[in-house]
Amino acid sequence: MTRIWDPRIEEMPVADLKKLQYKLLKTLVYRLYSFSPFYHERMKEQGVHPDEINSLEDITKLPFMYKSDLRDNYPDRIFTAHRDDLVRYHVSSGTTGKPTVVGYTQNDLNNWTSSLARALVSCGLGRGDVIQVSYGYGLFTGGLGLHYGAEKIGATVLPTSVGNTERQIELMQDLNSTAIACTPSYLLHIGEVAEEMGVSIRDETSLRVGILGAEPWSENMRKRIEDWLGIRAYDIYGTSELSGPMFCECTEQNGFHVWGDLAYVEILDPETGEPLPPGEKGEMVITMLQKEALPMIRYRIGDISSIEEGVCACGRTHPRIQRISGRVDDMLIIRGINVFPSQIEYALMGVPEVGRHFMIIVDRKGALDEMLVQVEVSGEAFSDKITDLMGIRRKVEHRLRNTLNVAVSVELVEPGSLPRFESKAKRVIDRRRL
Amino acid sequence: MDTYVIRQVSVFSENRPGRLAAIARALQDEKINILAFSIAEADGFGVVRALVDRPDRAFERLGSLGFNVAFTDVIAVKMRDEPGGLYEIARILGDAQINIEYSYAYSGKEAAIIILRVDDVQSAIQVLLERGAGIMESSAFQ
Repeated sequence: MTRIWDPRIEEMPVADLKKLQYKLLKTLVYRLYSFSPFYHERMKEQGVHPDEINSLEDITKLPFMYKSDLRDNYPDRIFTAHRDDLVRYHVSSGTTGKPTVVGYTQNDLNNWTSSLARALVSCGLGRGDVIQVSYGYGLFTGGLGLHYGAEKIGATVLPTSVGNTERQIELMQDLNSTAIACTPSYLLHIGEVAEEMGVSIRDETSLRVGILGAEPWSENMRKRIEDWLGIRAYDIYGTSELSGPMFCECTEQNGFHVWGDLAYVEILDPETGEPLPPGEKGEMVITMLQKEALPMIRYRIGDISSIEEGVCACGRTHPRIQRISGRVDDMLIIRGINVFPSQIEYALMGVPEVGRHFMIIVDRKGALDEMLVQVEVSGEAFSDKITDLMGIRRKVEHRLRNTLNVAVSVELVEPGSLPRFESKAKRVIDRRRL
Repeated sequence: MDTYVIRQVSVFSENRPGRLAAIARALQDEKINILAFSIAEADGFGVVRALVDRPDRAFERLGSLGFNVAFTDVIAVKMRDEPGGLYEIARILGDAQINIEYSYAYSGKEAAIIILRVDDVQSAIQVLLERGAGIMESSAFQ
């Protein structure tokens, strides 16, 4: 069985890898300065010219990119590939109701697929494995991303997507799935449903690997999943701006390898923006070195983690990022979907029957996340009729669902009963124990 | 006809311990008497409905405390306090295609009284009077 998918790259000596990264960065910066009006302008504002990028460390001279850059330039105004060269779009929900669109050239898809091919092989998968892809297929990147990565390494894909859990379990048994890719909470849910069906995942399936991501989880949860289901569970990381799920832990289970030829990661002090040394926790800033359609330079992805350099026990020379330990903003991940409180604020503005104050309470019922949004009924909208009030609640639920792409329960509360914030609002109560 | 229309005070309330007490306390502070009363409950919230002797004062006081308050027009119909009493009233309204949205009862000094919220108050008063039912005047309460 193949142990390393692309040894030439994955085992490249660290010094050579850094040289390659520098070369790729330099090319990228020249290309964007010449052909991207958006990034040209940004560099001018920052007062930096490509000629001043003369080492990998000089990357700190470049301006940052933010999620808002994608939103403000909806749908494709900062794409740097010709429309006819795009071969795919993915779309994710935006922070204030407007989604963000990611475009891919054929090279972009190829790089994404190789990234996942390397990742899947690094956690012990390959030809002969049956990989059940239980991430959503469609606009979300999880399903299709893992799908092509798994095909690339010669594994057999079972594209079940999300939902219909009992059928997932039957197929897992009948077609002998050896691996499953999904959110950790969905795998817990599958485990619970299997028990209700009288099926032991540990003893009555061939499942041995879980590729789990798209939401935060913990070492405790890993241990619980591994002990209960009798599998090895690996953390996978990515977002649509990077292409999709991209980087995964190797069999060492000690942070995910970030392929240096595709991405360069800085860890910065979130307050000062100064680089932090390896091992120290800070804000991840990611530069995608080879993306064509939507280049991301010094992208402030908002996740907090630390980096480990040096050669891994698996032999790979690419740096490892530790499990994500938090966010610099108030983003929540509900059933694998990113949710910002600002989206809720935006959605509520369209419902005059409720005030603009709200609280979000997140909990986990069984294995699945549940989000409750409390809103105040406005004085003008108050009706003596219960059916009218139920109607208001349904309207808010419907609107939130459309904006967030995730089901939300709404609770109507008395006016003035929700907390008011003078400075930074803390509108989220997260009761999940991950 | 307006002599029969009673202004019911409706208050939005969360469905949790202590909320009714907060409303009742506010009314007590103003020495407002509750003559008839019901709670309608849904998932997580409810509406407290009350006939009180001084509705304007109740509205003002509860509103100033931050409650959502509304007035709703209802009528109070006398029933014979014996089997068939409710049927008599309900049949009259049903025959006239008037819908009862909700109702609650209380035991008056002389007769059983049913408080009715209907979709067409004026027609309801008219048809009940025509068919000989007794309706309490609002001055009996307020």
